[in-house]
Amino acid sequence: MSAFEFTVNSTPVVVDVPGMRRLLDVLREELGLTGTKEGCGEGECGACTVLLDGAPVDSCLVPICQVDGSAVSTVEGQGLGEGRLDPLQTAFLEAGGAQCGICTPGMLMAARAYLDAGGGADDDAIREAIAGNLCRCTGYTKIIE
Amino acid sequence: MPDLTARTDPAGAVVIEPGVISPGRAAGAAPLRREGPAKLTGAARYTDDLVFPGAWFGATIRSTDAHARLVGIDLDPAFDWSSLVVVTAADIPGDNVVSSIKADQPILVPLGGEIQHHAEPLALLAAPDRATLRAARHAVRIRTEPLPPVFDPLVSDHLFAAYELVSGDPDAAFAAADLILEGEYRVGHQEQLYIENNAMIAVPSADGGVTVHGSLQCPYYVHTALKRGLGIDDRQARVVQAETGGGFGGKEEFPSVIALHAALLAGKAGRTVRMIYDRHEDLTATTKRHPAIVRHRTGVMRDGRLIAQDIEVVMDGGAYCTLTPVVLSRGAIHAGGPYRCPNVRIRARAARTNTPPNGAFRGFGAPQVQFATETHLNRIAEALAISPLDIRRRNVYQLGDTTPTGQVLRGSVAGEEVLERAVEAAEFERLRTRNAASRAAGDGSGTIPGSPLRTGRERTASGIGLALAWHGAGFTGSGEVKLASVASLELTADGRISILTASTEMGQGTRTILPQLVAEALGVADEAVEIALQDTAFVPDSGPTVASRTAMVVGGLLIKAAQRLRAQVEAATDGAFATTHRDYARSHGALRIDQRFEPYPGVGFDDDTYRGDAYPAFGWAACVATVDVDLDTGEVHVRDVVAADDIGRVIHPVLAEGQVEGGTLQAIGYATVEEIKLRDGRYLNDRLATYIIPTSLDAPRIHSILVEAPFEAVPHGAKGVGELPMDVGAPAVVAAIADATGVWIKDLPASPERIIAAMTGVAAVAPLPPGASEPASPR
Repeated sequence: MSAFEFTVNSTPVVVDVPGMRRLLDVLREELGLTGTKEGCGEGECGACTVLLDGAPVDSCLVPICQVDGSAVSTVEGQGLGEGRLDPLQTAFLEAGGAQCGICTPGMLMAARAYLDAGGGADDDAIREAIAGNLCRCTGYTKIIE
Repeated sequence: MPDLTARTDPAGAVVIEPGVISPGRAAGAAPLRREGPAKLTGAARYTDDLVFPGAWFGATIRSTDAHARLVGIDLDPAFDWSSLVVVTAADIPGDNVVSSIKADQPILVPLGGEIQHHAEPLALLAAPDRATLRAARHAVRIRTEPLPPVFDPLVSDHLFAAYELVSGDPDAAFAAADLILEGEYRVGHQEQLYIENNAMIAVPSADGGVTVHGSLQCPYYVHTALKRGLGIDDRQARVVQAETGGGFGGKEEFPSVIALHAALLAGKAGRTVRMIYDRHEDLTATTKRHPAIVRHRTGVMRDGRLIAQDIEVVMDGGAYCTLTPVVLSRGAIHAGGPYRCPNVRIRARAARTNTPPNGAFRGFGAPQVQFATETHLNRIAEALAISPLDIRRRNVYQLGDTTPTGQVLRGSVAGEEVLERAVEAAEFERLRTRNAASRAAGDGSGTIPGSPLRTGRERTASGIGLALAWHGAGFTGSGEVKLASVASLELTADGRISILTASTEMGQGTRTILPQLVAEALGVADEAVEIALQDTAFVPDSGPTVASRTAMVVGGLLIKAAQRLRAQVEAATDGAFATTHRDYARSHGALRIDQRFEPYPGVGFDDDTYRGDAYPAFGWAACVATVDVDLDTGEVHVRDVVAADDIGRVIHPVLAEGQVEGGTLQAIGYATVEEIKLRDGRYLNDRLATYIIPTSLDAPRIHSILVEAPFEAVPHGAKGVGELPMDVGAPAVVAAIADATGVWIKDLPASPERIIAAMTGVAAVAPLPPGASEPASPR
């Protein structure tokens, strides 16, 4: 065991776990942040997408030792606080971009990374940005809207 | 009635453009998805998110044989078993049966019993931590004696069900036909691929019962299964739905299996046990869409009129019956397509094979048969040199027509309406003419600047294709009468209004639309109506959340309950419900209305003769797909889809469009990329890396048009939307590929290999019978 220090949604955390433990498990089990979901465990579905120093990653493929000293953002850190939705979340809610909701946290994080990188309302660019996030409910149309 | 944002067509159906609020609904925008904020902040709790301190982890030991006798289950004596629980068939307190239509599927194969498929559950393990569990799995040895397997449903002599429908005199009619066309069409397995895997947590209770929390569609299916398998009563078995990350039929009957397994482990361990499948196990062991082989022989007149259909449907049920008889029944009834034909013979059977059991998946038998019907009709049109649109215009059911079960279509018939709306919006005839000219002029159509296929213009061809379908609303035949569902509405003593049903939310919008319907009937705001958790301890059995029945059937029951509640309160208070119900509750106490399903007037079906009203109404769907095909590689990109769906009445436009778009993309996956390969009865591509579904880059632009031809026997006119789009997407894509390339793909999916093989005339891909083994591998 060894201790790893990083921030989650700007809050410093220290976890004492084996270095190869998946970031996904650390978030869900050590830190109780179950908003990040596991869909396949092999980097295909994107349900576990979080931002690692601003870049979208599949947290099921990231060992915790690679997170030491980094900043992690999850769905729990989105929003305006006290349960109020930010404009991106509000857009998902109003357009119907969330159905069953299991891909939604990962989809939101991929969309957040796209917007933070200056992405705009270009259909093809949005499709490219969320191509690593599978959704089986929406046909993607309302997510892109 | 219609406002400026809608237009009324001559038949009285109202066309709703996307994003426009349905006329006739309460003023104001449709409400937002109720549980949306929780899903968008990570607060929503799916099964694996639920915390039960001290819970153990469960695992399933599965067969690696397709057909064998189970001789022994050996636990390695060198392993420390003291901290584990092992469950075999001998530990099952009730019947060793997964309760379903037939009692053929064991919860666990008993010693000496027959293993019927690869991945069949043989034993269960639970351990306090995952590492111990993983080690223990490797310390279990299974001994079997092989038995000869059957993989081909065409040769299997074990039938789960068979139906024959005959109307008119097909043999005589064939003799009078101008043209007779035959064809055989094959479709394989399709995985539902909800993004949340099957998951169940069982908590034993002091009275010998169990509570399961899980990802599921039908709480009372699981409840019934627990009672039978554990030998417990109504009160001892309790089923609570957690937030559910997609179902599509895959969580219709399968959750009974995983719930029984979790409950058996929890009972023996005396503590909570979590059974959470990973993707590999979910793909390996859970139900898929039934593969099918469909043969058509059709007699037509020169003008395109259908005069005789002879159709044979063979479905592969897999190793156990599950819901196969009803899947087959729906398939048989829909097999002729939405077309008037006076002389029809439909023979359908479903056979057992030694492959994992197949079960419910959105469409439930109808997508398989209508892929065949529509592709065959498009080939007939081609043979007669008439347009695919004209042959449908000539034959599509009209009001007053009679179906092969003898059902007279008395209302809510909108096949022509959806057809015309779809082809108009897609400019079908104009684009088809243009593609034909391009095809005649040379290689590619050269009409696709910036195609995602990244192929030179001259080596890419565009095509456009059309399909039309019908889909029976609700349960088949006398199903709803037998279910006798109950939905309840309660005015609580403190003046709250609460909906009590077992109808589950799995993304489709139950939790949003049911309060909407009740609020409108009571004349109160949407937010004033609560919806109780789907927990069998509190809610009545409103039937399974399947067959696109929730909006129509359960919604209808709730509106009637609301009307009764309103009348009772208003009679007592002499004031409007909205302003007086709190006072009423204070003075009179709680008031609960239980509304039981009553047969729709004039709707009847005879299960023995298979005659009568197979469904109270039908939904109607048309789809126009535009594809680009790389002529060198056979790769297909579906560029645009126009989907027109008659769903009776639109309750919530955003949610309804979401159903159409999502169903359309699943159908496109079915058409182009989704395929299970089998060897010796085992799924080869049992990971998400190898079972492919469409991504955002594969998804077309989908334009959905919602048409309203209301079903008059329910107060709100809704007919259901979930399954309709699944019926039309695949044949439309295959027709578009034919328009681009000139070749017909008769086996789904239309993979590049099959397209190239068809274009070159070389059988590069030998068509395998669904469920069949690949050629034996050297071992």
